Amino acid sequence: MKNEIDFLLHLADNALIIGHRNSEWCGHGPILEQDIAITNIALDYIGQARNFYQHAAELINQQPTNISVTLTGNDMVLPATEDSLAYLRDVREFKNLLITEIPNGDWAQTTLRLFLLSTFQLQLFTQLLQHSDTQVAAIAEKSIKEVSYHLKWSQDWVLRLGDGTEESKQRMQTAIENIWAYTGELFIQPEFATAACLNYSAIQTAWNQKVSAVFEEAGLSIPPKTFVQKGGANGMHTEHLGYILAEMQYLQRAYPNSEW
Amino acid sequence: MEQNLEKIFQDKIDREVRIEPKDWMPEKYRQTLIRQISQHAHSEIIGMLPEGNWITRAPSLRRKAILLAKVQDEAGHGLYLYSAAETLGISRDQMYDQLHTGKAKYSSIFNYPSLSWADMGVVGWLVDGAAIMNQVPLCRSSFGPYARAMVRVCKEESFHQRQGFEILYVLSKGTEAQRKMAQDAINRWWWPSLMMFGPKDDESPNTIQSMKWKIKRFSNDELRQKFVDVCAEQVKVLGFTLPDNDLKWNEERGHYDFGAINWDEFWQVVQGNGPCNKERLDARKKAWEEGAWVRDAALAYANKKAKQKQAAA
Ligand SMILES: [Fe+2]
Ligand SMILES: [Fe+2]
Ligand SMILES: [Fe+2]
Repeated sequence: MKNEIDFLLHLADNALIIGHRNSEWCGHGPILEQDIAITNIALDYIGQARNFYQHAAELINQQPTNISVTLTGNDMVLPATEDSLAYLRDVREFKNLLITEIPNGDWAQTTLRLFLLSTFQLQLFTQLLQHSDTQVAAIAEKSIKEVSYHLKWSQDWVLRLGDGTEESKQRMQTAIENIWAYTGELFIQPEFATAACLNYSAIQTAWNQKVSAVFEEAGLSIPPKTFVQKGGANGMHTEHLGYILAEMQYLQRAYPNSEW
Repeated sequence: MEQNLEKIFQDKIDREVRIEPKDWMPEKYRQTLIRQISQHAHSEIIGMLPEGNWITRAPSLRRKAILLAKVQDEAGHGLYLYSAAETLGISRDQMYDQLHTGKAKYSSIFNYPSLSWADMGVVGWLVDGAAIMNQVPLCRSSFGPYARAMVRVCKEESFHQRQGFEILYVLSKGTEAQRKMAQDAINRWWWPSLMMFGPKDDESPNTIQSMKWKIKRFSNDELRQKFVDVCAEQVKVLGFTLPDNDLKWNEERGHYDFGAINWDEFWQVVQGNGPCNKERLDARKKAWEEGAWVRDAALAYANKKAKQKQAAA
């Protein structure tokens, strides 16, 4: 059960942190319609995070003893809730992929990151439809609808910018170089990802196909093999995550035990 | 001829027939509406900033989702309103340019800072509340596209107002620190929200003509009084107070009396000297300028695709 809980937290943390990053654009987007679109995507991710956290909390609270869901051994606040899981864990307890936490950069980097991540998520969630926990399968089914839209939207931007102007092409290519080192982590199966329905190498194959096809159409090139930055699932993060959490968790930390 | 058209036009207005974009209208009517609608659209867009300021810090996931949806609604309002203004022969880019160069105004309320989470409650309750007071009559504006846009906008605004009130209600039941936070936010936003109704009637030169054209149905002071009457009652439900020692029910008038508004502050903020005027405008300009390459690329791509399609056909 610990594995399933950790896996749910991993999915929830991914959604929360990418949602947070996308929400930073709200009010600052390059085109009003696109400002609305990215805010809507952020909202979808916050919704997914809530679904995964709620289910994780349910499982945690069903455990007979206080199982440790933290890596640093901090006591988990019980009963667990979606908010205690999101707001009262620290950097080393977060299990999100590094690609979700790196800064937005420009519009090219933001849309590229979403394209690379949602291509991965679509494959992962499709496998989760077969999960033995029907609740997980149900959340995956709902999320697939959203992630398919995120993929289409971000793919359109990769094409548009890759095949737009000289400047946009160059920015997209720079974004690829900035982000590429964080893509390898997508296919490293976390130790707690033990569900029988999971097959990370199949995800990788499908991801490679999709990404190469879109890059080719956009006239973008994949960098030569780069070092893989990894560790998010085990709580080894970039320095950026601490700032995200400091901002996100500030009210819960400054005014403990309050209802909002 | 012109006189005749003008008479037909005023006749329609008097009979409550909506004016549509293709109908003849006096140039002054067109200009007044462009000014009013674009100012309203800009207010929606600038209004995203003080609330957007708290999205990443919302205290629970539920609050975060509600706030995101709210700010997204405001962007949507901006969109319908820019479209309504465009029917009068001005482009969105021209309107942005007027905003960025300071030629067009927006609601001064958004030039105040949002300093605590309670501000999200107060902005919903008072700022969206005052906006509703101003805007419900606009659903009957004589100009069709504006009236129709306002019907949609008002529905969502009343939702925002309820959510704001609910944030404050929860804070009012919370800890001492939360109650203080909420009272402080009310104290800061109360007077600026009264200023949202604009100058006093005797200093509002456009009112008479706008009433005759039915693009305004109530005077600034009438709406302000209505707002005070409603809020003076609602604040009791919260167990907070409004920061006005002169606020008192007047049996004879059947209204609340209230203290003097600091009009000097009002004009200072209108003239650009509010606490956040510069930041708000700079944020919009920055988004616009930094987005230029994105818009250029999107246009270049669309043109390329159109050409390819043509070649294939
Ligand atoms: Fe509004
Ligand atoms: Fe609005
Ligand atoms: Fe609103």
